Amino acid sequence: MSVLTFKKGIHPEYHKELTKEKPLRDAKRPQEVVIPLQQHIGAPLEPLVKKGDHVKRGQKIGDADGFVSAPVHASVSGEVKAIENVRTPSGQKTLSIIIEADEEDEVDESLKPDKAVEDLTPEEIRSIVREAGIVGLGGAMFPTHVKLSVPEDKEVEYFILNGIECEPFLNVDNRMMIERSSDVVEGMKLMMKAAGVKKGFIGIEDNKPRAISNMKKAVEDEANLEIKVFETKYPQGGEKMLIKAALGREVPAGGLPLDVGCIVNNISTAVAVLEAVTEGKPLIERTITITGEGIMEPCNLYYRLGTRIKDLIEEAGGYDGDPGKIILGGPMTGSAQHSTAVPTVKGTSGIIVLHKESVAKFDPKPCIKCARCVDSCPMSLLPLKLSDLSQYERYDELDEYDVQSCIECGSCSYICPADRPLLDYIRIGKMEDMKLKKSSQ
Amino acid sequence: MNNEQLLVTPNPHIKDSTSVEEIMWTVVYALIPAVLAATYFFGFRALLVVAVSVIGAVLTEYTFLKIRNKEIVINDGSAVLTGLLLALTLPPSIPLWTAFLGSVVGIGLGKQVFGGLGYNVFNPALIGRAFLTASYPVLMTTWTVDGTSTATPLSQISGGELVRVWNLFIGNTGGSLGETSALALLLGAAYLIYKGYINWRIPTGMISTVIIVTFLAGANPVVHLFAGSLILGAFYMATDMVTSPVTKKARWVFGIGAGLLVAIIRLWGGYPEGVMYSILFMNTTVPLLDRYLKPKTLGVVK
Repeated sequence: MSVLTFKKGIHPEYHKELTKEKPLRDAKRPQEVVIPLQQHIGAPLEPLVKKGDHVKRGQKIGDADGFVSAPVHASVSGEVKAIENVRTPSGQKTLSIIIEADEEDEVDESLKPDKAVEDLTPEEIRSIVREAGIVGLGGAMFPTHVKLSVPEDKEVEYFILNGIECEPFLNVDNRMMIERSSDVVEGMKLMMKAAGVKKGFIGIEDNKPRAISNMKKAVEDEANLEIKVFETKYPQGGEKMLIKAALGREVPAGGLPLDVGCIVNNISTAVAVLEAVTEGKPLIERTITITGEGIMEPCNLYYRLGTRIKDLIEEAGGYDGDPGKIILGGPMTGSAQHSTAVPTVKGTSGIIVLHKESVAKFDPKPCIKCARCVDSCPMSLLPLKLSDLSQYERYDELDEYDVQSCIECGSCSYICPADRPLLDYIRIGKMEDMKLKKSSQ
Repeated sequence: MNNEQLLVTPNPHIKDSTSVEEIMWTVVYALIPAVLAATYFFGFRALLVVAVSVIGAVLTEYTFLKIRNKEIVINDGSAVLTGLLLALTLPPSIPLWTAFLGSVVGIGLGKQVFGGLGYNVFNPALIGRAFLTASYPVLMTTWTVDGTSTATPLSQISGGELVRVWNLFIGNTGGSLGETSALALLLGAAYLIYKGYINWRIPTGMISTVIIVTFLAGANPVVHLFAGSLILGAFYMATDMVTSPVTKKARWVFGIGAGLLVAIIRLWGGYPEGVMYSILFMNTTVPLLDRYLKPKTLGVVK
């Protein structure tokens, strides 16, 4: 079987075996959830409840008028204990609704479908998706209804479901495809109807043979859907890499997949859409892989959004040894946390606990120009040059080297034998380059 | 739960384990067959030249780092490698103090004055050799095999004598320590290319250019390939990471350019050998090549 791939990239150790065969199970309902009012790209939300209010599971508790926004819902029934600023996984303090759960776990009356699925128009599906607060569950948290609203002047040829999951350690999309392959396909078809796209494929890396065979079975009778298999390589799941590998098309710099006739969505997002449309269920739970050498019983869970990460770590049997670093998301793009009191958000797909000894240390030594960063950059940039220009504050030269094209995948920092924090410098360079561009306008 | 101990750093949180030291020492190990071959053909003295040259390089590195008040990083293998490479370009009969002096100049003027590892423009070993060639031309061109003075194969070509290719390939011929046994050098180079520690485009471009140009000029390309320091230079010196380009296209141009210069110097220049100067000259073009031969960024239309 020939596999698709992109040029360059890296081959980190995957550690997928820790949770690959662990079926998804429900995490215990937490005593308390913390629902930040901004967990999507776009405008922050206004709270719809106040302290002391009783809320039911699935009840909308925060919303905004902006098109690029997604409401949030109570993930448990109970009492609103406080509305205050809380540090979220991004490190920023965000106004959040704290709910103390009661025993009833009462379901909100709104949790039922409006009408038969077949009768729904594309507009109606998009509006259900919006009301359900669905955002991209791969991690970017971009509101899904916006992605499904194709501008008049764009023609979309392919609807792509991203089941690559190239981040080491994570297995949520993998498990979803193994256990709920037909739900994935049904959700995908609804999204395609909402976006008005006829053809689609699901991309899976070749280290997930069970997902591939189950998904192939699930699309057997779908003439316009297919499964495409990709080489296991990081960052294969970056949408630019995925599109380039599958179709040979390059998403233009500063543009979107829409510009090359594609819409890319995550596997778990499709299942969330299906549940919203057929059951009226808003996005109040999602899947997570809790893993790493510092976790006693690595596992894959469904959890209520807003659960604090310490509760989830407990659900996974607690720590194995002393935790050195706790990462939310994957080890390549995820963010390290100061505290386990932070709540999970819609994009939280993994908790990885590493021991102190195995935490990567960056003790930078001089660059020897080995070009390993150049040979691994999936965007074909020169990371060593960008990092240098940024470090020595030669910001005006960054544009010549296309600094804004960096997708911040971290491959350069990963591969550098001199332990240089290339991505950190490039991020600074991107910001400084933006400032220069703004001031020259 | 005590969370104060949690480390918080930006992503990525995992790293490849390859280090600069590992790369440098692996190149040193890959040159062991060449050192052994030199010892076999030239006797114990070859080993002595290598030892003195390496010691000179490491001592100079240590002294400069101490004076510059920098962390002493002599165990990173880079100074050892420079000393070793320099030794391999020296004739076996060279006085030991000359080898030592070459290393001092190579590390001192070729590397540390630029700011140490990573900042030098020229290959330090070749700077050391260039200094010795300019200062002690007689010592640098006295070649012996089995204790008898001979001309090197390349100077024999100039004299019109025939050379047996097989001897050239295995190294049973006059010449510098490491430029004689192509077999030993290629063994090490193959391993380094397999590991990804030296780039294949530069030696491929350099060697094929020499072969093509010497053939077109009516010379014997096989002799030009195995005689002299082409293989040592192309695989171990032109590929020096610090002083060679980082982009694929620039590497081709760098290799082909060096090959052209070698052929021109050898065929029409005043020196029988041109590998050293061709690489040093191409070293100066690296920043320019990297700048104008960048790969096309994904999604950018120029």
